[in-house]
Amino acid sequence: MTLQFDPIRLPAECEALRQEVRAFLADEIAAGTFDPHRPGHGDSHNPGFSKRIGAKGWIGMTWPKKYGGQERSFLERYVVTEEFRVANAPVRLHFVADRQSGPILLKYAPEPIKQNILPRICRGELCFVIGMSEPGSGSDLFAAKAKATKVDGGWRFSGSKVWTSNAHIADYMIGLFRTSPPTKENRRHGLTQFLIDMKAPGITVNPIIQMTGQHDFNEVVFDDAFMTDDHVLGEIDGAWKQATSELAYERSGPERFLETFYVLIELIRALGPEPDLRSAEGLGRLVAQLHTLRRMSVSVAGMLQAGKEPVVEGSIVKDLGTIWEQKLPHRVRELAAFLEPEATNRSSLEDQLAFATTVAPKLTIQGGTTEILRGIIARGLGLR
Amino acid sequence: MAFRNAGTGQAATVAGESDHIVAETAARIFADLADPQSLTRAKDDRWRAPLWRALEDAGLPLAWVPENLGGAGAGLADGFAILSAAGRHALPVPLAETLAAGWLLAQAGIAAPTGPMTIAPVRPLDRIELNTDDTLSGRATGVPFAQEAAHIALLALEGHEPAIALVKAEDCRIGEGRNLAGEPSNAVTFERVKPLRLAPLPPRFDRGALLLMGAAIRSVQIAGALEAILALSVAYANERVAFERRIGKFQAVQQNLARLAGETAAALAVAGSAADTIARAREFDDAVLLEAASAKIRCAEAATEGAAIAHQVFGAIGFTNEHILHRFTLRMLSWRDDFGNESWWAAELGKHVARRGAEEFWPMVAAR
Repeated sequence: MTLQFDPIRLPAECEALRQEVRAFLADEIAAGTFDPHRPGHGDSHNPGFSKRIGAKGWIGMTWPKKYGGQERSFLERYVVTEEFRVANAPVRLHFVADRQSGPILLKYAPEPIKQNILPRICRGELCFVIGMSEPGSGSDLFAAKAKATKVDGGWRFSGSKVWTSNAHIADYMIGLFRTSPPTKENRRHGLTQFLIDMKAPGITVNPIIQMTGQHDFNEVVFDDAFMTDDHVLGEIDGAWKQATSELAYERSGPERFLETFYVLIELIRALGPEPDLRSAEGLGRLVAQLHTLRRMSVSVAGMLQAGKEPVVEGSIVKDLGTIWEQKLPHRVRELAAFLEPEATNRSSLEDQLAFATTVAPKLTIQGGTTEILRGIIARGLGLR
Repeated sequence: MAFRNAGTGQAATVAGESDHIVAETAARIFADLADPQSLTRAKDDRWRAPLWRALEDAGLPLAWVPENLGGAGAGLADGFAILSAAGRHALPVPLAETLAAGWLLAQAGIAAPTGPMTIAPVRPLDRIELNTDDTLSGRATGVPFAQEAAHIALLALEGHEPAIALVKAEDCRIGEGRNLAGEPSNAVTFERVKPLRLAPLPPRFDRGALLLMGAAIRSVQIAGALEAILALSVAYANERVAFERRIGKFQAVQQNLARLAGETAAALAVAGSAADTIARAREFDDAVLLEAASAKIRCAEAATEGAAIAHQVFGAIGFTNEHILHRFTLRMLSWRDDFGNESWWAAELGKHVARRGAEEFWPMVAAR
């Protein structure tokens, strides 16, 4: 295969949009909605804030207007995503729905469901959770055991899902359930995607506290919960065919290398205008690496906009990007090692480093581990 | 350092139709007359003259020189496409150096001679001085292919007036020296050398402009070499059998090759972006600094990682003289050092970012 990363530039309309987003964020920060310097804020949710973002037309912005979208380009969405991420803004409530749940519904949900749910996502009213992993099934999705059984008029669900970020605040889940056993020829056969109403009876959400002290993770237990037939998303038993094209969207965005970005800004602030040679050299490398990742990520967004499916390129962006953002707090710590103890922002740098360092391990696990990504890349290279 | 360049108003055709044609012509010549396998087997240097003649017949060495100065008048994007193809073929003649030299001369309106040229200085700390009698003094180290070049284009920033000059190589004292790949890499001493042509430096052109252009050139070559190295490594892993399996079936090998693909992708993306930026730029401004310095830093890092991985995939056979792998890896590793190595550029970029301050950092990155 030939790797392709064309030098895509963001078109002029993106620049006006960027200024609009920055002004909006500045107002929100001034109003005290969130503190861009407080680590962990980017992971939090804020219903009022999400609704105000929705009112600006910045959720589901690439979707058709008849479902509440704006029919804007992926490159415009890119600008909005990166500006919110860099500002450390609390977008947790609507981000999963905007990035991946909405596009799945657009593609596979029946018309009445689309008309009901998509406009509410666009208004920033709905939180989605991804129901993939199980106690015995993580990277190996096809080992999923949670069951959906056909009954009169719908399906009954039993089993459990884990590592479900946001399940405790979510309105809906898009979940993967076993509807048939795998066949001898195809172990990927037999799984189906469903839209699950998290408020339905028979669904229990148990919190799982992470090593950062935060609560994103949950266990979701299904005990005979019921959904009507129109909650099937796509082909019964054929979910494996539906997974791949979404991956490029999910994997190549700016959130895949900007998750610990705040420590770099804080380092620049701490070093001041005349850093010593060692710090300058270390900083310069980080800048070059970040610029490269962003150019790669924008290039993939441009390919998506052009209707291509850059699955391998998207996987490469996530592989390189997550490893970079994972190492970033450690590298910043080294570069800050000889700072004067009285550097003005020393304590906020240390706070942020502490948080970024504890968050770092998850970055190369969530949304496709490094090992899985490299397997996809190897397949693209023709090795599998 | 001010990164400015008046340029010569050359057409900045970017990724248009023409660069495909020019690059395809170049790639065909490289494949026919500079195939790495054939050159490795060659007993002598007789391949060199016909190769250079074919390149000159196609107008490639002076692609960046306007027609009124004796060149082909191609756009900057065309030239970068040629260099990418040259990297993919590990081209062992001073095509990149002649392109760069022709470009430098054109900045001052100096017509380019035919034959191989090189350019100086390529190391940031080297200094060349223009004396009051219009002769040149000073020393430039690590000048690529100086021993094989007929002429040297140079930037003399010290002395009574900054200037661009064309000198005959035979008028300079050229030391012995080879780069990692065995290509000439020479210290050149200028002892009151009388230049063939001399012109004042155009406004807003300085050492930074030359180094940034050179950094982009070497980055594009490294990215091209990595593309070839990736293809060779994948092909070998799909062919070589060990423990009764093709080694490409082992996960450990797959992980390594996926990393090599990542390094290659990074180099391609950042070098392509830098070349595109320069091809569209009116001057060597802060945007070019971010792009070209980043390209040199990241491509050099990719070269270091990529060479190690590729050699690991090939094992002992890739370490032999008769194998073509080293033609790519050693050139690529050498190119890291020309026009500012990655540590030098990182320090420059780091100082630049620090001066601009934390609040301006993200807007700077997002503007690209």
